[in-house]
Amino acid sequence: MKKIIITTAAFCCFSLYLIARQTQTPEVQESIARGEKLYTLYCLSCHQKSGNGVPHMNPPLVKTSYVTGDIKKLVTWVLKGSTENVEIDGKSYSNNMPAQTYLKDDQIADVLTYVRNSFGNSSSAITATEVKAIRATVK
Amino acid sequence: MKKTLVNSLLLAALLTGSATVFAKGKDSLRVATTVKADADNAGLTLPKGFGALVVAENLNEPRHIAVTKEGDVYVKLASLQGGKGILWLHDANGDGKADEQKGFGNFKGTGMYVKDGYLYASSDEEVFRYKLDAGDKVINGNAPEKIVTGLLSRHEHEAKAITLDNSGNIYVNIGAYSNACQVKDRTKGSPGMKPCPILDSAGGIWQFKANQPNQTYGTGVRYATGLRNVVGINWNSDDNSLFVMQHGRDQLHDLFPTMFDAKQSAELPAECMFQVQKGTNCGWPYVYYDQLQHKKILAPEFGGDGKKTAGEDAVDPVVAFPGHLAPNGLLFYTGNQFPEKYKNGAFIAFHGSWNRAPEPQKGFFVAFVPFKNGKPSGDWEIFADGFAGGTNIASPGDAKHRPCGLAQGPDGSLYVSDDQGGTIFRIVYGK
Repeated sequence: MKKIIITTAAFCCFSLYLIARQTQTPEVQESIARGEKLYTLYCLSCHQKSGNGVPHMNPPLVKTSYVTGDIKKLVTWVLKGSTENVEIDGKSYSNNMPAQTYLKDDQIADVLTYVRNSFGNSSSAITATEVKAIRATVK
Repeated sequence: MKKTLVNSLLLAALLTGSATVFAKGKDSLRVATTVKADADNAGLTLPKGFGALVVAENLNEPRHIAVTKEGDVYVKLASLQGGKGILWLHDANGDGKADEQKGFGNFKGTGMYVKDGYLYASSDEEVFRYKLDAGDKVINGNAPEKIVTGLLSRHEHEAKAITLDNSGNIYVNIGAYSNACQVKDRTKGSPGMKPCPILDSAGGIWQFKANQPNQTYGTGVRYATGLRNVVGINWNSDDNSLFVMQHGRDQLHDLFPTMFDAKQSAELPAECMFQVQKGTNCGWPYVYYDQLQHKKILAPEFGGDGKKTAGEDAVDPVVAFPGHLAPNGLLFYTGNQFPEKYKNGAFIAFHGSWNRAPEPQKGFFVAFVPFKNGKPSGDWEIFADGFAGGTNIASPGDAKHRPCGLAQGPDGSLYVSDDQGGTIFRIVYGK
């Protein structure tokens, strides 16, 4: 009986996962694919292929609220860069991050949608319209 | 006279029945270690005849280390352990494994050095020293003397590596809080600043008195400049001069994709060993050293194109290693345990790269450069490898161990700290 419950639970979890994957519209899936290319070009050297970053230097993008949390904060971070120490799970990261203002709204939307749905992350997509609105507030 | 003394010592050793001292060649005296290597050499790959053992493990990010004449190990931690930033490790039964551990000091940091009855330690802003008793134990762990204070620490390259000479001076690295002194750090299209305003107070080695409290920039001397960041630093007593290992600049491809492809950017520029005297300029940020062209090349932020040479006022490196390997420890070997080849030569602990991506990362080893009369007498080679625990390391976080600090034991053993896995290794000869 116990075995059946576990099996059923596991099956349900897997189905939910598949449904979640399928709920990504073709548009979002394309955005993720474009985002991966942009990530390789502009982000990978510091944040690494695995998204794990570099100990003490470049912050990880894996399951951190910086990435999976508030969209406005995340987009602003990308547009403004950072010259501050970042602290995640008690570890601090020291390298400066350049401002990525040269990226267009749709590029920022794509790369962040990729990051929010890679490395074990599963968060909502970001649209170019949202980026545009946030960019207007960033000085 | 020296020969007679050596012969007498040898005779004395033979008469006392000690098998630990033996002669090799005409006038050298080698001392064998009394500890045994671990069966798997602690997972390391070493030259024939060498072995390794784990002295301690599960320490919180051990950075630089110092070994006393009694064989105790002082460890500086980058992350507090039980609220303490320095550990004293003691091997009570003589098997080489630390079986006693005490913590003191409430600051994290990198620098650790024992000299003339004092233990020197650095945070990212200050340098302290603790008085030692006759057995090289810290007398009062709560009352260090503050030797240097108020040093710049602006996140990047914040570690203050230290070493001492034989004339009462301490040398402190103050790393540049920048990659290439651009107006906007690491930002594509942002020009280099000339003159680079960072160099007044960072990007070099500062000299202070080892015994004077509360010194700061005003009382120190900017001993060497044009050094982006140095973590491996050691006084060469054979040549009576200072040697440093520079971490070269990052991101040639990211910032100048039309000049450098990703593969070139993974190899360039060299990680350099410099010999520095008072006033030496090593060229950062205006030039970098290209180990393939064997030239100082004008940095692209300052009008360079990967080919134009510059830096006539800057010294050449004494050894150039492949790019981005991150040399974090430097030690000139003066012990009598290792074979003659190693005497007075340089060991370098490479922390391993991150800025080679998307190429696989490299480094994660201890290298050796033979020296004669204060100059390299042969090519560099990998001495101890296998720290990473695998060959295809995509990201430095995947490495099991990352070599950081080096120290020499009283019997000539070489100690290596690992700030990723938290292990202290000891390398011995004649296992």
